[in-house]
Amino acid sequence: MTEPAPAVPARGRLEGYDYDRAALRRKLAEVPQEPGSAKPQPILAVDDIVRRFGGVTAVDVDHLEVQRGAITALIGPNGAGKTTFFNLITGFDRPSRKEEGRTPRWVFQGTELASTSAFRVAQSGMVRTFQLTKALERMTVMDNMLLGAQDQPGERILTALFRPAWRKREAEIREKAAALLARFTLDTKRDDYAGSLSGGQRKLLEMARALMSDPAMIMLDEPMAGVNPALTQSLLGHIQDLRDQGTTVLFVEHDMHMVRHISDWVVVMAEGRVVAEGPPANVMAHQAVVDAYLGSHHDQDLGDDALLDEDFGQAVAAEDAEREGRA
Amino acid sequence: MDFLTSLLTDFGQQILSSVTAAFAIAVIGLNLHFGYTGLVNIGQAGFMLIGGYGLAITVELGGGFFLGVAVGLVAAVLFALILGLPTLKLRGDYLAIVTIAAAEIIRIVGDNQSLSQWTGGAAGIPGRVYQGAFTALSPFPDQQLQIGPYNYPLTSGDSWFLRIVCWVVLAIVVLLVWLLMRSPWGRTVKGIREDEDAMRSLGKNVYLVKLQSLVLGGVIGAAGGMLYVLSSSVQADSLGRTTTFLLYTCLLLGGAATVFGPVLGSVLYFIVIIGLNDVVSQFVPKQIMNEQQIPQFGWIVVGIGLMLLVIFRPQGILGNKKELSFGD
Repeated sequence: MTEPAPAVPARGRLEGYDYDRAALRRKLAEVPQEPGSAKPQPILAVDDIVRRFGGVTAVDVDHLEVQRGAITALIGPNGAGKTTFFNLITGFDRPSRKEEGRTPRWVFQGTELASTSAFRVAQSGMVRTFQLTKALERMTVMDNMLLGAQDQPGERILTALFRPAWRKREAEIREKAAALLARFTLDTKRDDYAGSLSGGQRKLLEMARALMSDPAMIMLDEPMAGVNPALTQSLLGHIQDLRDQGTTVLFVEHDMHMVRHISDWVVVMAEGRVVAEGPPANVMAHQAVVDAYLGSHHDQDLGDDALLDEDFGQAVAAEDAEREGRA
Repeated sequence: MDFLTSLLTDFGQQILSSVTAAFAIAVIGLNLHFGYTGLVNIGQAGFMLIGGYGLAITVELGGGFFLGVAVGLVAAVLFALILGLPTLKLRGDYLAIVTIAAAEIIRIVGDNQSLSQWTGGAAGIPGRVYQGAFTALSPFPDQQLQIGPYNYPLTSGDSWFLRIVCWVVLAIVVLLVWLLMRSPWGRTVKGIREDEDAMRSLGKNVYLVKLQSLVLGGVIGAAGGMLYVLSSSVQADSLGRTTTFLLYTCLLLGGAATVFGPVLGSVLYFIVIIGLNDVVSQFVPKQIMNEQQIPQFGWIVVGIGLMLLVIFRPQGILGNKKELSFGD
């Protein structure tokens, strides 16, 4: 049909990066499957990060490490604090005031990021996407891509006036953008306004744009939300390619098939805390996860006639009384 | 036929006028804010006033013309920083509120009688106080020059020299904006207009770029203000809220976020005003509308025109319809 997409100019091979995925998974298999477990080569380590909105504690994570070179999924029911956690780490939100003995800090590739603004976090190599896609609608797809690049001297106001000072870099990033667009099958759209793209195409554009800066880690907030099944398959492929070419991936997702299919490690959040960690096959069966998603009475059918049964009614009443007694 | 000739002559006179060029320059500054960066500045007249006062007061105190220009521009930079530093981290509405309030403060302070030894109070600083420093720079002899139907002094007052300087400055400002907007800086600025958070996630220092845009647009506005006062006087009430809204009218008419839109919009605006004035005074009997009522009628027409423009051609004359068809 079409020619194979041209390979994106690969960066040099990274020292100590697990290009071999099987080896990576063997390494992760040794990691204790408990919240906050230490990873062999963490790219990101988070400590004591708390965010409260009034009386609600949205995020309260004691410790979390993300393995370099792995695709880590962050799952949890609605309101578990996944997106808030993303916002905190990427500098879009600030932790609540520190409590006694707990100083929020997180280290990305050896750099302390705790009080860094969002744009510096991105410059340091941790680039995110948004749950509600943020395409720059009244700009072309190509311009969207070019904005993803770093180190363009022409973005400084004085240098901008002298074209020779930025022309060479512009040509480089243009070429790179073209290659990325081809890889994400958006090359026919390059001169269209981003606002004219479909929801799924915008997801692709946002991901491609984030890759313009060769991030060490990409954080995807629900990359599959609103994407049709055909496109899902290719998005999955893209995400695995990213990993294979040296980008660590952390993503939030509700689609469990996808999580199981591509992730090397799963972190489960509920009510702001990390409640479980482990390889996808094991973590799904974990009791804390089942409870977080389904509640502890999940195996009782509410439409069941058993509810009309007197014994069951009494059992529920007893449980309620017990709960009130505790409160 | 006579009427048509005089109408066209009036058009030409209005297009050449230094006020048109000065307005166009201020609109270009506003375009940088509103059209390209998405900053809602409702106090552009304040920047113009600052430029005018900076120039006039410096010359009045014996500072010379170029020092006066420098003072006006530096004052505009400071004004922009004072407005921008606290508000540009917040949502866009705050800048709008702060700019309109600050422009009013400048105007009211200018009007204040207790400062009249510098600002002249409500009467303002008459042109003769500072125009001398400008006309002294003219390379032309001091005489009248007739070109076609237009007869102006070469050097003094509302002169050919002033017109030439105005249009040269306008050309330089247009060139500057064109150079910036084709550059990656211009792309960044437009990206900020579209979505600030997206730009932050791509590693752009949104706050700094917004501040740069606010300062640059304000300085351009101040330059427009200086040229505006050179043919008349510095009077606070002549550069009030109304002026800011006229600047917006010119901008929307020509097309926001275009390089030549502000120039075209300003020229067309003045042509419409003068044309309306000529036509009404020629054909409408005095009993129906007298001399004083014509400008007021003009305002009504401008208001209705602006409404029709926003409804039927929101992108303005030069704007790109497609750009406006997405988003909110």
